[in-house]
Amino acid sequence: MTEPLKRPRRKDPLKRTQQPLYPQSIRSRTAHGLTKAAAAGRFELQTCDDCSTVFYPPRDACPTCLSERLPFKTVDNRGTLLAETTIRTSTDPYFRERTPWRVGLTKLDAGPVILSHIHGDVLEGQRVRLDLKLDKGGAPVMIALPEKDTPNMADDPHLREMTCDPKFRRVLITDGRTPVGQAMARAFSDAGCNIVFVGIADPWKPFPGQDELRKIERVEIVPLDVTDSESVTEQAEQNGGRIDIVVNTAEHIRAGGIMQRHGVTVAREEMDVRYLGLMRLAQAFGPAMRGRGADGVNSATAFVNLLSVHALMNWPQYGAYSAAEAASLSAAQCLRAELRSGGVRVMNVFFGPLDTEWFQIVPPPKVTPAALAKAVVQALQRGLEDVFVGDIAEDVRARLAANPKALERELAG
Amino acid sequence: MATTPASDLLGMAQRVASGAIKVVDLTQTLTQEFPTIVLPPEFGQAAPFRLEEISRYDERGPAWYWNNFSVSEHAGTHFDAPIHWISGKDLPNNAVDTIDPRKFIAPANVVDCSAESAVNADFELTVPFLEAWEKKHGRIGAGEWVLLRTDWSKKSYAEYAGMREDGAHTPGPVPEAVKWLVEERDVHGFGTETIGTDHGQGHHFNPPFPAHFYMHGKGRFGLQCLTNLDQLPPKGAVIFSAPLKIKNGSGSPLRVLALVEAA
Ligand SMILES: [Zn+2]
Repeated sequence: MTEPLKRPRRKDPLKRTQQPLYPQSIRSRTAHGLTKAAAAGRFELQTCDDCSTVFYPPRDACPTCLSERLPFKTVDNRGTLLAETTIRTSTDPYFRERTPWRVGLTKLDAGPVILSHIHGDVLEGQRVRLDLKLDKGGAPVMIALPEKDTPNMADDPHLREMTCDPKFRRVLITDGRTPVGQAMARAFSDAGCNIVFVGIADPWKPFPGQDELRKIERVEIVPLDVTDSESVTEQAEQNGGRIDIVVNTAEHIRAGGIMQRHGVTVAREEMDVRYLGLMRLAQAFGPAMRGRGADGVNSATAFVNLLSVHALMNWPQYGAYSAAEAASLSAAQCLRAELRSGGVRVMNVFFGPLDTEWFQIVPPPKVTPAALAKAVVQALQRGLEDVFVGDIAEDVRARLAANPKALERELAG
Repeated sequence: MATTPASDLLGMAQRVASGAIKVVDLTQTLTQEFPTIVLPPEFGQAAPFRLEEISRYDERGPAWYWNNFSVSEHAGTHFDAPIHWISGKDLPNNAVDTIDPRKFIAPANVVDCSAESAVNADFELTVPFLEAWEKKHGRIGAGEWVLLRTDWSKKSYAEYAGMREDGAHTPGPVPEAVKWLVEERDVHGFGTETIGTDHGQGHHFNPPFPAHFYMHGKGRFGLQCLTNLDQLPPKGAVIFSAPLKIKNGSGSPLRVLALVEAA
């Protein structure tokens, strides 16, 4: 049984903070098929189109028939742990700090035998589920999980290295004025965060839901305006050293395209909130987070960007908004590269129209703030990197993968 | 050697330097946090003051510190030109760059309604109130500012903005009072401590936003977000209020100074 995590004690101020490291990884382009699946939380292995052999590790030719048609496909992740061993020494600095570390061989029902990490609740000979995760360095790795969930399973130290579980961590929700920000505060409080910092800009301006927001357990309202560099810097000076997860809920949603917008005032606001806002947060909070990626149970672990799925393909009905979202996405990809050396994950969460006032006249399906918040927490608990929430987001992703040009035309209406 | 007596103008400068004439700064510091006017979110919004460092003795500029700032024409302590309002849109010389610079210097009447406003955030400035003020302090002269002292500038930002579910609650003039000031007293303009020259609920008046409508309609000016009005006498202060010379500008943040005879 997994020893439940204890609420971390206050740090000894005389102790040096452990420097973040991440496991070595050398991956071929083909092997990034695993990265893609792990980032989205899918269990996919190469499956031969010609002879149906499922195999691992990734190759460019089928080990059975030498075919080159080897797409990654979702496969059954169940199997049996054939053998296990404990690594007690390693030349890899990351593992040296973390030994002993158990690894084992799992025979998947689908065929291949796979060497993987092992969850603490799994013993040799038992039935297991293999899960595909991203390690601290963002590389895909396998971990054998118990056949059925066990108590406190997520607290397993090896598994926690691969996830961004909010439990006992301190989160910053950057904008609590919106329904999404408030739903997020509620979800992270429920997920066991130690502190839920919620940023409020222009505190002199009342907003709906403010009384309820203040009543949420462990919520701490802090002044923060992502359009104001000084405000962001001051908040980072105040709390940046103890923020483990940032969820950027600052949004700017207005309908309308480019041509009929009548000037660029609103577009500037969009870019200020969505692109420059992210940059200000990254500059103020990023370095401290990157330095705290291995800081014990409540290490810095994730920077969450909430993005319209139309960041991936413009939706002219909300065309200027889509463009700002695209800028934000591009910045988020940059930030992902920059935070990687600290083992801090950048999670991009894509969604279609929200069930909020700014999409009032858009017909359903729409994503409710509560559903979005729940999805974000779950994705952090699973350690994902790319998350698609709701039917529209899933649909756009599928159509984009199939034919981007067709999607462009279809969204043009 | 006999000293030549200073001209009035140079004499004034000497008296400013000696402190015989006091300079009162009526300007709020431009900060990011200071409340700006809020319109319903579907309208265009006046940008609040923002500051971005260009360099600060660092790798971006080793020996110098400077900033870029951005702000709308109507944030912080600011001047309203007649072109700001639709009623003044066709007047000659109605923008900050074309207004006769003589108009940036004018005497002020300071109407104190701080006591009334303290007990009633919705205090309305009326003609009878102004007439009573004149009985006490003298007639409001043509070409003079009327500044409304409410002590609003001393409030917390939340109280200052006075935002509630039905809009802002801040003191201001009723339509008849503004019309009277313009038509019966031929004033220079109207200034307040609050976010705008109009009453917080001024959009429900007829016409809406009368201080804007009547003042700018007759080519008069507005000053808002003033402070330190409590340091001015009811009569006798001279206001220096030159806005930035923005091409066709509708207003601008500015430094507003009052010259007052030291007691
Ligand atoms: Zn094959």
